[in-house]
Amino acid sequence: MEWEIVIGLEIHVQLSTQSKLFSGASTRFGAAPNTQACAVDLAMPGTLPVPNEEAFRYAVMFGLAMNAEIGKRSVFERKNYFYPDLPKGYQTTQLEQPIVGAGEVEIHLEDGSSKRVRLHHAHLEEDAGKSLHEDFHGMSGIDLNRAGTPLIEIVSEPDMRSAAEAVAYLKKIHSVVTYLGISDGDMSQGSLRCDANVSVRLKGEEKLGTRTELKNINSFRFVERAIKVEAERQIDILEDGGCIVQETRLYDADKNETRSMRSKEVANDYRYFPCPDLLPVVITDNYIEELRELLPELPDAKAERFQSEYRLSAYDADQLTQERTSADYFEEVCKSCEEPKLAANWITGELAALLNRQEISIQDSPVSAQQLGGLIVRIKDNTISSKLAKQVFEAMADGEGSADEVIEKRGLKQVSDTGAIEQIVESVIAASGAQVDNYRKADESKRPKMMGYFVGQIMKASKGQANPQIINKILKEKLDALL
Amino acid sequence: MHQLTIAEMIRGLQSKAFSSVELTRHLLARIQQLDSNYNSFITVTEELALSQAETADQRLAKGEAPALCGVPIAHKDIICTNGIRTSCASKMLDNFIPPYDATLVENLNAAGTVTLGKTNMDEFAMGSSNESSFYGPVRNPWNTLCVPGGSSGGSAAAVAALLVPGATGTDTGGSIRQPAALTNTTGLKPTYGRVSRWGIVAYASSLDQAGPIARNAEDAAYLLSAMASHDPKDSTSLNRSQEDFTAGLNNSVAGLKIGVPKEYFGEGLNTETAARVLDALKEFEKLGAELVDISLPHTELAIPAYYVIAPAEASANLSRFDGVRYGHRCENPKDLRDLYMRSRGEGFGEEVQRRILVGTYALSAGYYDAYYNKAQQVRRLIKQDFVQAFEKVDVIMGPTTPSPAFELGAKGTDPVAMYLEDIFTIATNLAGLPGMSIPCGLVSNLPVGLQITGNYLGESHMLNVAHQYQQVTDWHQASAV
Repeated sequence: MEWEIVIGLEIHVQLSTQSKLFSGASTRFGAAPNTQACAVDLAMPGTLPVPNEEAFRYAVMFGLAMNAEIGKRSVFERKNYFYPDLPKGYQTTQLEQPIVGAGEVEIHLEDGSSKRVRLHHAHLEEDAGKSLHEDFHGMSGIDLNRAGTPLIEIVSEPDMRSAAEAVAYLKKIHSVVTYLGISDGDMSQGSLRCDANVSVRLKGEEKLGTRTELKNINSFRFVERAIKVEAERQIDILEDGGCIVQETRLYDADKNETRSMRSKEVANDYRYFPCPDLLPVVITDNYIEELRELLPELPDAKAERFQSEYRLSAYDADQLTQERTSADYFEEVCKSCEEPKLAANWITGELAALLNRQEISIQDSPVSAQQLGGLIVRIKDNTISSKLAKQVFEAMADGEGSADEVIEKRGLKQVSDTGAIEQIVESVIAASGAQVDNYRKADESKRPKMMGYFVGQIMKASKGQANPQIINKILKEKLDALL
Repeated sequence: MHQLTIAEMIRGLQSKAFSSVELTRHLLARIQQLDSNYNSFITVTEELALSQAETADQRLAKGEAPALCGVPIAHKDIICTNGIRTSCASKMLDNFIPPYDATLVENLNAAGTVTLGKTNMDEFAMGSSNESSFYGPVRNPWNTLCVPGGSSGGSAAAVAALLVPGATGTDTGGSIRQPAALTNTTGLKPTYGRVSRWGIVAYASSLDQAGPIARNAEDAAYLLSAMASHDPKDSTSLNRSQEDFTAGLNNSVAGLKIGVPKEYFGEGLNTETAARVLDALKEFEKLGAELVDISLPHTELAIPAYYVIAPAEASANLSRFDGVRYGHRCENPKDLRDLYMRSRGEGFGEEVQRRILVGTYALSAGYYDAYYNKAQQVRRLIKQDFVQAFEKVDVIMGPTTPSPAFELGAKGTDPVAMYLEDIFTIATNLAGLPGMSIPCGLVSNLPVGLQITGNYLGESHMLNVAHQYQQVTDWHQASAV
């Protein structure tokens, strides 16, 4: 039997507004517990919410970036449930009339193909606080700093058919919100959180299978692994003749398994109703058009431009534009070296490896775009070989200055002086009698391969600085002269 | 001195005939001496009152004090007062001291009023008799066996007993007008959004409005002028600049068109109450007003709609009282569920629990359309009734309540009988209109209230109409004590 996996994602994005969705308290991450919660956030009696215009601006920008309908009249509702980190006993959210309606986005897969994923809607809502269950000797601590922080919840249609597609979609959302500057998108701090609805069905079947909702999948890697393992679990059950229970399941990364959290059968009735403390928010066409003007170049448009302007491959362009910061870095490098292909190779190769190793992002790169550009200029004008360039790069990463400074200090300038190289070639040939004999006796077709030994010796003798093309040329002449 | 109206106090204070401290001391002593008969205060703020009175006297001495400077008042205990317990007459908030003032309190403080204390009320403003208070019932100064009405019964009783010349109240379904009617005081519920709700503990957010209770329309106008303001902290606050509601009091009412809804004079209305109201209408005719028969066809649906919408909103508004951050917390909770159940079960009284249950039920999956949505549709119809009526008339008049004050305990076992107390007042809240109750006579020595409903933002006009009536009648001067 061939199975098809069906995935829809609900992504919560924390908006990087200065203050909360309905109060003036700061949204800064990492402050001491309960120091960024005002009377409104604490749901003190008699306090009232006042909507934050900036949050609406961000939500509308997101909607425009997703080619979505903008809710001209959006209404906040109360979602009622009791939990200690939900001070009012209800969450103020949107249901029937969200700020962002249906939309669509293109995702790019590693095999070079692309696909459209539909957006069901995105709505504004307030975040809850945090319950801390450790360190309180059997009791729980409540930190309300996060309570009231604005979120947009982005709900996709069940359009994804593999874990890889889900990750590509998540990355796309991540790149859109960070391009727009409406969120820092930091998954490790919970600025971007993801739940996945996963079901399976036989290929060709139209009806959707019973879904489970996966929680605690807050990294790209966990999303991929959790969906895979959950789909396998569901397929195993169905193949054994069992049924899938609609429920929420928690992903355990250590064991790489999902386990039941709570069954939707006993799910809360949230008793949504329009919040009487807040009036419907009306968005005018003017407001929308003003924001449309302010939208930055978005990843897809940028990738297209990179292909046409810099003649990059679709793959390279896509790689470089996923993050606005790396796209900006790339363009900086290009400005100083005018070698887009080399720049792309270095950024996706050496630099990416370095950043990965040091676990830092490109904006904290120890090698600046100007430095990397300077290095590429020296590769291009044959001052150094590609091989030495790596050494220079490492030195720049260690803070030894610009490419020129490193080359100068370490004396790495490539030797292209024919006379000097000729001398080395001659001395190597003189010291390699046996190898020269073999070369002479060998069949013509095997000779080019045998040159490798000599090149290696010459490079060694020149401390890697001799220009390889010139070595090859002189060596061939000298050896052939001995035939 | 306690017999003076606010207008008279203003004249006395501004002309230095007496000081605010003298006035304040006098009223504090009177409360101390007499309030055990009425139980109209939950908290008396003697120290604060005297210090505010001293400050007021200093401002008065400089000769630049605003009108209300030095006038003692009281606040309903649902209105937050910085540093002073605000209990909502509930065990739940018996220990709650807000660290902020309601906007209307800030406004009145800025105008220089002196806070004598916090008045008793029905728990969380849910009730029409003031019997559901955790601090015991309030007694009507006209007959202490009778209720003063509710939920702002403490404010109304304190004004009627001449303990204070004016007080603030809140009105969600009649909670200012009904007690005003039962205590021979003048009470006004403004247009929804006129007075900021910031700092008023919410009962039903789309209906709640605060307003003044005083001894006459002029005094109510003084208080409302200070209370009303546009407040950016309340998203439902109307964007209107402050207004002097005393300015138009002396306008003539000749040519005034008074709508008299036939639905307000039907079955269930006490015949003597009806007679006093009709007498008042005749008085208006003498003043040159014209009576116009009108119909508000959806009147009978107001109570059922209200008792879905108000409890629905209340069920969410009161969720924050969970024993976690403030308010009553049960002893030794064994787990979270136990903490919630016992804290709320112990903290809330019977009527509050009843309304939370009703509201929760009305919002539940499968019932929402039949109850909440239907009630909202009815609400729109009721509003439409008024909009159409105001195309033909300037104000609408009728009885405030079906009958005068009843005895304590008389309606204790039948919540629906109690709900019918507000049959004439509730529609005003559903429509968001301003309404008043003014004294218009006595039945067996118990007061009768005339309800005046104005058009949107028609407070000034409504007060003018009431004031003109009070210039030619003296029912409002009849005193319980």
